[in-house]
Amino acid sequence: MHSPLWTRVLIWTICAFGLLYAMPNLFYGRVERHNDAMAAMARAGGAATPEQAAAIALWPDWLPSGIVNLGLDLRGGAHLLAEVQVADVYAARIDGLWPAVRDALLAERGSVGAVQRLAAEPGTLRVRIANPEAMPAALAAVRALAQPVVTLTGVGQSDLEVTAEGDTLVVHLSEAERAATDNRTMQQSLEIIRRRVDEVGTREPTIQRQGADRILIQVPGIGSAAELKELIGTTAQLTFQSVVQVTGDSAAPVGATQVLLPDLNDAATFYVLERLPVVSGEDLVDAQPAFDQNGRPAVNFRFNPAGARAFGDYTAANIGRPFAIVLDDEVISAPVIQSHIPGGSGIITGNFTVEESTQLAVLLRAGALPAEMVFLEERTVGPELGQDSIDAGRLAAVVGMIAVALFMIACYGLFGVFANIALTINIVLIFAALSVLGATLTLPGIAGIVLTMGMAVDGNVLIFERMREELRQGRGPARAIELGYERASSAIVDANVTALLAAVIMYAVGSGPVRGFAVTLGIGILTSQFTAVYVSRQIITAWYRWRRPRLLTV
Amino acid sequence: MAWRLKLVRDKTSIDFFRYVRVTFGASLVAVVLSVILVAVMGLNFGIDFRGGTTIRTDSPVPVDVAAYRAALAPLGLGDVSITEVFDPTFGPEQHVAQIRIQAQGDMEAMAPETIRQVEAALRGVDPAITFPQVESVGPKVSGELIWTALLAVLAACVGIGGYIWMRFEWQYGVGAVVALAHDVIVTVGVFALFQLKFDLTIVAALLTILGYSVNDTVVVFDRLRENLIKYKKMPLRDVMNLSVNETLSRTLMTASTVLISLIALLIFGGDVIRGFIFAITFGVLIGTYSSIYVAKNIVLWLGLPRDTATDGGEVPNEA
Repeated sequence: MHSPLWTRVLIWTICAFGLLYAMPNLFYGRVERHNDAMAAMARAGGAATPEQAAAIALWPDWLPSGIVNLGLDLRGGAHLLAEVQVADVYAARIDGLWPAVRDALLAERGSVGAVQRLAAEPGTLRVRIANPEAMPAALAAVRALAQPVVTLTGVGQSDLEVTAEGDTLVVHLSEAERAATDNRTMQQSLEIIRRRVDEVGTREPTIQRQGADRILIQVPGIGSAAELKELIGTTAQLTFQSVVQVTGDSAAPVGATQVLLPDLNDAATFYVLERLPVVSGEDLVDAQPAFDQNGRPAVNFRFNPAGARAFGDYTAANIGRPFAIVLDDEVISAPVIQSHIPGGSGIITGNFTVEESTQLAVLLRAGALPAEMVFLEERTVGPELGQDSIDAGRLAAVVGMIAVALFMIACYGLFGVFANIALTINIVLIFAALSVLGATLTLPGIAGIVLTMGMAVDGNVLIFERMREELRQGRGPARAIELGYERASSAIVDANVTALLAAVIMYAVGSGPVRGFAVTLGIGILTSQFTAVYVSRQIITAWYRWRRPRLLTV
Repeated sequence: MAWRLKLVRDKTSIDFFRYVRVTFGASLVAVVLSVILVAVMGLNFGIDFRGGTTIRTDSPVPVDVAAYRAALAPLGLGDVSITEVFDPTFGPEQHVAQIRIQAQGDMEAMAPETIRQVEAALRGVDPAITFPQVESVGPKVSGELIWTALLAVLAACVGIGGYIWMRFEWQYGVGAVVALAHDVIVTVGVFALFQLKFDLTIVAALLTILGYSVNDTVVVFDRLRENLIKYKKMPLRDVMNLSVNETLSRTLMTASTVLISLIALLIFGGDVIRGFIFAITFGVLIGTYSSIYVAKNIVLWLGLPRDTATDGGEVPNEA
C-alpha cells in the first residue's frame, strides 16, 4: 500500500495550494476593498490616493487575492435580458442607400425615365421607373452600387439584392450582408452598453452576448432594473436634420423622404424634416456639459473630420435657414444657422437642468445604440434580501456540515474522522477553484455546496463499506484497505461521470442562479473525486503505517 | 469491536423481487397518476415559464392581502395573485408577501413605469413597505425557456443512458433511463398535485435528481456486473438480489448523509430556495427507491447475455 513519493507530494501540494487560494475568502471584506482600490488605481493610471493606498495595504500583495464573486441574488443588483432589434439597422442602411440609387438612375435618365421612391416596408427600397422596358439597364445601374461582403462565410457574395417587379425596382440587403450587419450591430451594442455601465463605475458588471441577438446585462449594487434600463436603454440617437417646415399641425402631410417630429419642449410645435440626417451621432467624437452665453446648461460637442465636413458644407449652403437637432425622434432645438460653422464643433441648448445636460453629454459620448432594444427579462434583488440569503445559506451549510460529520463518526468511528478531514479539504478546494476561476456564487450555488457535502462522502462510504466486506471475508487490514480503494473505484468514477454530465447540461442550458448551482455542483464532483479517493487514502495509509493495527475496525 | 451506528445489519438477504407486483405496480400507478395530474391540473408555472412579474414585499406591518388587492385593482393589470410568505427564518417584525402579476403584452417584460405604479399603490396601503425583489419575464423568453428546460432534462437522460450503455450493456442503459424517467415524472406529478410553484430552479432540481438517482443506480449495476462474473451459474434474479443486498448499506448511508444536508437547507436555507430544496429532497427519496426497485426490474425483464463458455462454477471469491 505504498504510494510513490511523487504522488504523495503532488496530492499534498494540491491541498496546500487549495488552502492558499481559498484563504482570501475568509477575509472577504478586506480583500474586496484591496481589489477595488487596485482596480481604481489601475484605471487612474497608477497613482493611488491616500484612501486607496490604505485600502491596498489591507491585504499583502504576495498573497493571492482572488475571491468568490457573489451573484446578484446574494449581493443585490439588477439583471436585464435585452433583445436588439437588429432589423432596424437594415432599414437605416436602405434609407441611406436611396440617394446613391437615385443618382445612379438619374445618370440613366435617357432610357429609364423619371424615377420615384415608393412607400415600402422597412428594410426594402422600392423605386418606380417611368419606362419599364429599360428595366435591365436600371437593374445594371443599381447592381453596380453593390459591394462584396467581407465575411468568412460569405466571400464573393454582394451586399445588395436587386430585383424587378413589373415597373418597380426592389432593393434588399442580401442574406450574407444581413448576417454581417447583425454581427456588427451586436458588437457595437455590447461596446456601447459596456461603456455606459462603466461610466457608473460599479463593480464587476456582466455584459454578455447571448444567442444571435440578445444581450445579458447584470450589474451588482445598482438600485433597480428600471435604473439600469434608464442608463442603457435611452438610445440617445442624435441627428442633425434639415427643416422643411415648422407647423402646429400634428397631422401635417409629409413626403416620402420626410418625417414629422414633435418638439421636446413645446407640445404644439411640429417639424417636417428631411428623413436623411445631415450628420448623425456616429460622427460625434466628444460631448461635454457646458453653459451657453446666457448661463443656461448646455452641451458642447465636436464632430470627427467627416462629420465636420458634412456639417460645414451644410451650414455654408443654408445660412439663414433653420436646422433641427434631434434626440431620439424629438426635436431638442431648431436654431437658425447664423453663419458657416467650419470647425465641426457646436453647442446644443434647450431647456436643460444641469443634471440633464450632464446625462445627455454622457449618453452622447458613449455613442448611440445602433438599434433599439426590447427588454425580455428584468430582475432586481435588494441588498438586504441578498444578505439574508447569505446568512441563511451559511447557517444551513454549518449545520449540515456538523450533522454530516457527526453521522459519519457515528457510523465509521475513526474512519469517519478521516472522511471528515477529506470533506473539509473538499470544501476548501471548492472555494479555491471558485476563486481561481472567478466563478460566481449564487444562493442555489450555496445549496450546491451543501449538497456536495452530502454526496462527497459517498465516495468514502463506498470505500469503507467495501473495506468492511473485505474484512468480513477474512482479509488482513492492509489488504482490506487496498482492496477497498481498488474495488470501489469503478463505481465511484461511473457515478461521478454521470453526475458531472447532468451538471454540464445544467450549465449549458441554465442561466443565472441555475448556472451558479451547476458550477458548484460540477466543481464539487471533481474535487470530491480527488479528496474522497486520493486524499483520504493518503490519510489512512499514513495512519496505518504509524499505528500498524493488527485488527482493523471500520 | 467498537460501537458503530448501523443502518442495516452486516449481512442481509432481503428478496427485493418478492413483492415485485406491489412495488413495480405502485411505481407504474404513480407514473400514470402523475401524467394524468399534470394533464388535468396542470403545473403552477412560475414567471420563468409563463411570463409575468413577481414582486416580493417586506414590511414591519402585517400583510393585508385584501388591502393590497384593493390597491392594485384600479391599475387594471389582469390576473394578480397575492400570497403571504411564512418562514421560521423571518424576524418578528418581518412580514413578507409575494405578488404575482400576469404578463402584459406578448413579448416584453413589464415596463418600469408600471412597476413604479404598483409600488406606489402598495406604499399607499403601507408606507413602510419595501420591495427586496422584483422580477419580470416577457412571454417571449418564457416560451423558449419551457422548451430549453424540457430539452435539458431529455438530453441529460439520453446522455446518461448513452454513457451507461458504453460502460455496461444496453440493457443497463435502458434500465437506468426508465428509472430516471420514473423519478422525474413522479416528482413533477407531486408538483402538480400540490400546485407548488414550478420554475427554472425546479428544472435544475430535476437535473440534480437525475445525477443523484443515476449515481445510486450505477453503484448497484457496478456490483451486479462484478457478481455476474463471480457467480456464473447463479440465476440472474438471485445475483441481482445479492448485489442489492451487498450495496444496501452504502445506498442507505449515502441517502442519509445527503438527506441530512438537505434537511439542514430545508430548515435554515430560507424561503427563497425552499421549493428547490424540497424537489431535490423528494427526488433523493424516490431516486433511492427506484434504483432498488425499478432499474434492475427492467434489466431482469430484458435479460442479460451470460457468458457460459467458461465454467467457473460458484466461486465465492477469486483470491
